[in-house]
Parts: sequence; structure tokens; C-alpha cells
Amino acid sequence: MQRYLLSRLIQSVVLMIGVLVLVFFIVRLTGDPARLMMPRDASPENIQAFREAMGFDAPLHVQFFNYMRGALTGDFGRSLHYRAPAMSLVVERIPATLELALAALFFALVVSIPLGIIGGTRPGSIWDTLCRGIGLIGQTVPNFWLALMLIVFFSVELRWFPTFGRDGLRSLVLPAIALGFFPLGKFTRLVRASVLEIRNEDYIRTAYSKGLLEQHILTRHIFRNVAITLVSIVGVQFGYMLGGSIYIESIFAWPGIGRMVNEAVQARDFPLVQAIAVFTAGFVVLLNLLTDIAYAVIDPRIRYEN
Amino acid sequence: MRIDAIDQRGVYSPLRRFMKLILRDKAGLFGVILFLLIVLIAIFAPQISPHDPLQQNLRLSRQPPAWQAGGTWEYPLGTDNLGRDMLSRIIYGTRVSLTVGFLGVLIASTLGLVLGMLAGYMGGRTDSFIMWITNLFLAVPYLLLVVVVASILGRSLLNVILIFGFTNAPLFVRITRGEVLRIRKSGYVESAISLGASQGRILFDHILPNLIGPLLTVATFEMSGMIFYEAGLGFLGLSVPPNIPSWGNMLSAGRQYIQFSPWIAAYPGLAIVFTSLSMNLLGDWLRDVLDPKIRRSA
Amino acid sequence: MNSNVNSNKNDKPILEVRDLHVRFDTVDGVIYAVNGVSFDLYPGETLGVVGESGSGKSVTMMSLLRLIPEPPGRIVSGTARFRSREDDLDLLQLNMRQRAKIRGNRIGFIFQDPMSSLNPLITIGEQIKESLERHTKWRGPEARQRVVELLEHVGIPDPDARYGNYPHQFSGGMRQRVMIAIAIACDPDIIIADEPTTALDVTVQAQIVDLTRRLSEELGIAVIWISHDLGVVAGIAERVMVMYGGTVVETGVVDDLYAHPRHPYTVGLLGALPKLHENVPELVNISGTPPSLFAAPSRCPFEPRCPWAFKTCRERRPALESVQRDGHFSACWYDMEKDKPREVRR
Repeated sequence: MQRYLLSRLIQSVVLMIGVLVLVFFIVRLTGDPARLMMPRDASPENIQAFREAMGFDAPLHVQFFNYMRGALTGDFGRSLHYRAPAMSLVVERIPATLELALAALFFALVVSIPLGIIGGTRPGSIWDTLCRGIGLIGQTVPNFWLALMLIVFFSVELRWFPTFGRDGLRSLVLPAIALGFFPLGKFTRLVRASVLEIRNEDYIRTAYSKGLLEQHILTRHIFRNVAITLVSIVGVQFGYMLGGSIYIESIFAWPGIGRMVNEAVQARDFPLVQAIAVFTAGFVVLLNLLTDIAYAVIDPRIRYEN
Repeated sequence: MRIDAIDQRGVYSPLRRFMKLILRDKAGLFGVILFLLIVLIAIFAPQISPHDPLQQNLRLSRQPPAWQAGGTWEYPLGTDNLGRDMLSRIIYGTRVSLTVGFLGVLIASTLGLVLGMLAGYMGGRTDSFIMWITNLFLAVPYLLLVVVVASILGRSLLNVILIFGFTNAPLFVRITRGEVLRIRKSGYVESAISLGASQGRILFDHILPNLIGPLLTVATFEMSGMIFYEAGLGFLGLSVPPNIPSWGNMLSAGRQYIQFSPWIAAYPGLAIVFTSLSMNLLGDWLRDVLDPKIRRSA
Repeated sequence: MNSNVNSNKNDKPILEVRDLHVRFDTVDGVIYAVNGVSFDLYPGETLGVVGESGSGKSVTMMSLLRLIPEPPGRIVSGTARFRSREDDLDLLQLNMRQRAKIRGNRIGFIFQDPMSSLNPLITIGEQIKESLERHTKWRGPEARQRVVELLEHVGIPDPDARYGNYPHQFSGGMRQRVMIAIAIACDPDIIIADEPTTALDVTVQAQIVDLTRRLSEELGIAVIWISHDLGVVAGIAERVMVMYGGTVVETGVVDDLYAHPRHPYTVGLLGALPKLHENVPELVNISGTPPSLFAAPSRCPFEPRCPWAFKTCRERRPALESVQRDGHFSACWYDMEKDKPREVRR
């Protein structure tokens, strides 16, 4: 198992370096980052001054070296808009985003797991149809539109929940549902499909041939195997939700990283965008690593590998 | 001869089997019809639109849909904040969405096919390098990537198409490579190799035809995804320029008036839902039909 | 003749299957998998069931306790009377709970692929123990102790340490031993072994055959041994049942059936077998392909491939009929011994 984890760790580090390189080049995609970051009506003199101040006039490899050196010490420059170190601005926003993403994940899992299991064990039943319906709707309803419709019905019409802001549990409900809806569909589909698939495995036939009861087979033989497939996708979906939070946090004025992305992009505050991109990508790489570790814990085939 | 006669007696005819496949999957049939309908709407947008989608009329701004108090059948789905006809704008928006979807998938799949075949076929360093880049792109949160690149490149239809074309390629690379490796290992390709078939021949006679099924299925789902994300970019004001009627731009405008004129955001969203629904159903259906393993069980 | 078989004859069969019909509904049509199979199993005997894949041999046996996927599978009709010390019931009339009480308890199963037949995420000890805890009074440490004994019994070295191992830490042969331990855990009356050696190496095959034979003798368990390999069956079974196209075409005591096969299909099968008996007629290859089962059988299923086929074979399906020797039955319109068509009563 150590070897497995070590190789995953090395992979993650290499991937992270790749992400840094990728971000470096994306910001320079237009060839002139200074013009990109300055207001459109800025004078050529101002742009030139900015270019020199940011070090964009140096040769590319020097810029790259400085960028990587900064990255290793967590220094991604200063936000143009907030006039503060970019990375620390990002870090301040973590709790809000994490709270929202975890709530959304919780919502998605709590609904999808029972639903997917019931649907998968009773193919063709009403529950199965419901399962497939939710799986489909989750994939076809854009979360930004869902968020708006939730506001129309539950905030404007019924006045059950606030329209925006981060103020206690009630303000968390709508954004969490909107953000968790896509993963909900994904998980429901996945759980249902993997229950269906596992039910066809030879070892389930063996379990039946032992005279075990449906309930016991479900809890002991099917759940654990479903959990493995679920673990593999929860991390990915969590990463997806960080992207989705750009819309949801903007719509609900939720003071997290997603909203900050939108603000930074609108303000053309690219040092901040750069810091967010590196941080989020790093977070996803970390999630993948955690997923691999979780795998190793659940699956004895990996745990006992030499 | 006689054995054949016996064998065929109880087997359903191909036509009956096909009908069974279609009828069994009513959802798939619905998806196919809906999809064709949407394509037709996009093609004949000028003919079926009741109004000019760009015609502003501030005196008629924010008229509700016909069935609500204050609405008229002149503007069935109401008007937006500038008094433009919602229905006509939604009809024209189909064009932007389908263009981005079709061309984006075309670029992504072509790129993915070439790189994936290269990786799967060459192996070694080429493979490692291509897969490393691919995994790198898959590691970055997709939406963030798209939003950042779109904000850097600026608003234009071409940029949007290119962004989706390139950022979606990694998925196609991965699938192509996986299939190439799988097919290469299968018996018939190995025997073709041992019979001395040339590399190119194997690639085009054996591997390419086998790739069409899985790629077509994925392409359908991806197209739906691109339409989704294009609208998302539009919503943030990062997609096509605001003077082009697109569902994302409409949603972006509608968001400001969500409290008092919710229809401005509601109907373009429904258009996205139906388009996405048709493609997802189509994709599910394709997957079932193209995968003989699933087809077996009734 | 085998005295063992004669003594069995005095007992009542432990299992009496009559006129079993099983079908599968697929997109391509209805598959008539089992078409009127009848047979008896006597206490303590080993019955070999032989046939090509698709002959219905596995489906027949798995249908008894509904271990076929339903749908597409469908048991159309038939009875399966199971008579042991405690029970006398028709297996096909049981409800889900009653069936679950018989499975693994009175009737144990061993499957073909030991790689996939054990749950990869549960230790082998636990997988045996859950059967014990379901059907017997053994619990906790006692159940564990009993599992260790079972492991030892099926020849797993260092059973105490191996209890906590996972299936992937075992070789194929060892896993099949674990499957056998599961099958015998609750001291069953019958074991149904579905091609248990097909996926194994030849040397390991012999070990599994020996182990099964030893255990069935020691514990007095009747075994139904399904195989496509006549050689393996000759080494373990007392009686053989040959299946073709979802029907039983011939059945009899092993030595008798191998020495005097009466059905053209059996003759062909034995021809394909490395010589065990000198007086087997020469017919090395069975030409043609196995029958398609997309139609309800109305003729002899082997007729298209049969060198002896004649008009009647195409018109009517032959039933199993006794041929001279005791307990030897064949379903064929042609009398091989007299080398002429059998007289057909209309």
C-alpha cells in the first residue's frame, strides 16, 4: 500500500507543477498580459508603466522563473482591485465556499443513495422510473437557471428563504440545493447503475445460493461495492461544484471563492484570477489524492497489494 | 439449408427487432424527435419567428406571457426589458446554441480522435506525454478553466467555439485511447497484425469503425454539455456579444428582473432544458442501440 | 454392475424433478432453454450432468432454487420434489423465504469461476461464517471456530491465519476449496456443482474432484456434478445424464453408459473423448452446430446433426425410454443395438 500511495503522491506533485505551468501560459494567451489587465481606455504610458511594474517586460523564461519562485512561497502577486496579496484574499473566502459545497454534497448524497439503491434493486418499478427521471433532470437543468427559479418560487412567492446573502442555515438551503442538483443526478444514476451491475456479479449469485436474505445481501454485499464506485466520483463532483459555485455564489451573493472569480473576471483582476485558478486546481489535485487514499482504505485488493 | 430454416423459425425479423428496440425505449424515440425538431427550428428560425428578435420597443418592455394578466398573443412569451419578443429571441437563440454545440464537438472529437489514436497506437513517450497533458486539463475545474479563458480571449462566437472545442478534447482523447488499446488487444486485430496487415490498414479497417459507436455517444452528451456551458458563460456575460440573441445572454438580462418579470429568465432556461434533454435521451438511446451487450436482455 | 447404485434404488429419491420447462425472453426471441427435463437423484449418489454449453444443464439445476436471472428467465412448468429427513416439498412452489431456507442449508452450490464467485471486499472467513449464522445456531467465536475447522477440512493450510484473508490473496484452486467449504458448511443433503473445475488447471482439477468425492462419501451428500467433460464425470459420478438442446437424451450408470452408449449424441461425445473404453464406435467428430433454441421443440433436437436420422425424427420428439439394461434410458427413435428404427407406437 505504501508504494501505491507514494506513486499517487508523486503523480499529484507532478500534476500540480503542470497546473502552475498551464496557468502561467493561459494568462499570457493573448501575448500581452499588461494590456489584458489594464482598463481598456488606459493610456499607452500607463500600460507601459504597469508592464514594467509587473515584470511583464522581462524575457518569458525570467517571468516564468519569478512566477514559479513566487508560487513555491505562496506568493501570487497582489490583487489589482483589492490591493492586497492575492492568495490571502482567496484563503479568506475558503470557509464560505467549503460550507456551501459540503452542504450541496450532503444534500446530493442523502437523496441519491437511498433512491439509487431502491431503483437499482427494483428495475422497472416506479422507484426506478423516478431514479432515471432525477438522473436525467439533474443533467439537463442548468444550475444557474435552477437557482433563479428557486428564488422565484421559494423566496419571492413563498418567502420561505432569503434571496441572497450568507446568514445562517436558512440562507444556505437554496444555494445548496441549486449547487447540489447536478451531483444529485450524477450520483443517482451512478448508484442505480452500479447496484444493477453488482447484482449481476457472480458473487451475488453465490450470496443468494447461501440462502442469505435480500436485506442482508444488500447491506453486506452490495453497499460496500457501491461505496467504492461512489468514492471514485464524489471527489470529481466536489471539484465540479467549485466550478458551479461561480454561478451559484454570484446569484445568491454568497461571499465565497466562486463569487470572487466572477468579480475578479469582471474587474479584469488577473493576478487574483491566477491565484484562484492555482488554488482551486491544487484543491482538486488534493481531492484526487484523498480519493485514492480512500480507495486504498475501502478496497482490500489495494490495501494488501505489495 | 435445412438447419438454417429451422434456426430462423423462432427468431424475430430484423424489422421487428428494430421496432422492438425503438418501442421499448419510448424515451429514446421522444429524444430523437425532439432533437430533430430543435434542429429544424434552428434552420428555419427566420421563417417561424413572429418578430424580429432585435427589434426593440421600449413602450412594450417587460410584457408578461399571453396567458398572464396584461399579456397578448402578439408576444406569446412576453417581451424582455427592451421590449423585444421573447419567443423570437428564443428561436434565434437555438442557432447560437446548436452552432456552438456542433462545431465545438466537431473540433473536440477530431482533435481527440487524432491525439487519442496517436497515444494509443504509438505508446511509449508519445502516449505518456499526450496523456499527461490530457490529465492536466482534466484536473483543472472545467468551468473555472472555461470562464478564465473566455474572459481573457473576449466575447465572440468564434472564441466560444474554439474554447469548447479545445477544452473538451481531453475527454475524447481518453476515450479514443482506451478504445484503441482495448481493440488492439482483441483477437481479430492481433490476427490481422499476424497476417501482415499494414499499420494504416489496421487503423482504418479495424480500429476506426469500432470507435464510431462510443465516440458518437459521448459526442451527443458533450454537445449537450457545451450548450449548457455556453449559456453559463452568457449568463456571466462572457459568451457571444450582447447584440446576438442567445439563451445565455437572455438569462443574464433576465436575472436583473427576476423579482417582477421572472419569465425573461424562465423561458430561455426551459429551452436549454429541452435541448439538453433531447440530447441526453438521444445519447442514452444510442448507447443502448450501439452496445450489443445491453441489447440482449429484454 | 455397481452395487452402490442398486442399494440406492431401494431408497426413495431425495430429489424428483418432473417435466421442467424454462424459457428466456430476449429481444431476439424466446429461448426455449429447458424443455421437459425429468430426473431423480438418490441420497448420497453423485450424478454427472453432461452436455455442450447451451444444452440447458446449468439452467436446469439453477432453476430448482430459482438462481437464474428472472427476467429474462421464466420457469414455465414442472415440479421438483425434495425429500429429506425433515422436508418433503416441491422446490418450485416455495416462496422467497422458504427457498432461502433451503439454499446453502439443505442444498449447497459450487460455481464455475472461483475468481468471481467470492466477494472481493469480504474476508473468506466471513463469507463462510455468514452462511453458518444464517442457517445454524453457531454464533460469534464458536462460528469462527467452526469456519476454521471447515477450512481445514477442505484442505486449506494454516486455516486460522487464512480466515482473515481476502479472496484475491488466494489461488484459483484455493478459492474453489473455499467455495466447497461454503457449500458443505451447513451439512447439506445435496451439492450442486456447476462446472467447478472448468476454470482450473488440470492438476488442480484433479484435487478438487478428489476433495468433492471424499467429502460426499464422508458426509453422505448427494452431488449433482455439471460438466462438459465426460472424462471428469467418469472420475466422480456413479450415474450420468446427457443433455442436448434443453432435453435429457440419455441417462444411465456410468460404466454402462460409457460402454454401451445408446444415443447418437452420446456416441459422438464419447468419440470425441480420449479412448477410455475399447468398444466405443468410431465417430470422432459431431458435425454441425448446436441447435438454436429459438423455437419450441417439436422434433428430435439432435436430428439435424444425426447420421442415423430418418423420417420419424423430423416429425416427433422422442421420449426417454428404457433400453434393456436396468436404469439406462435413451431418447432416440433409432435402436442402435438392433441397428434399425425403433417401432413407433402411434
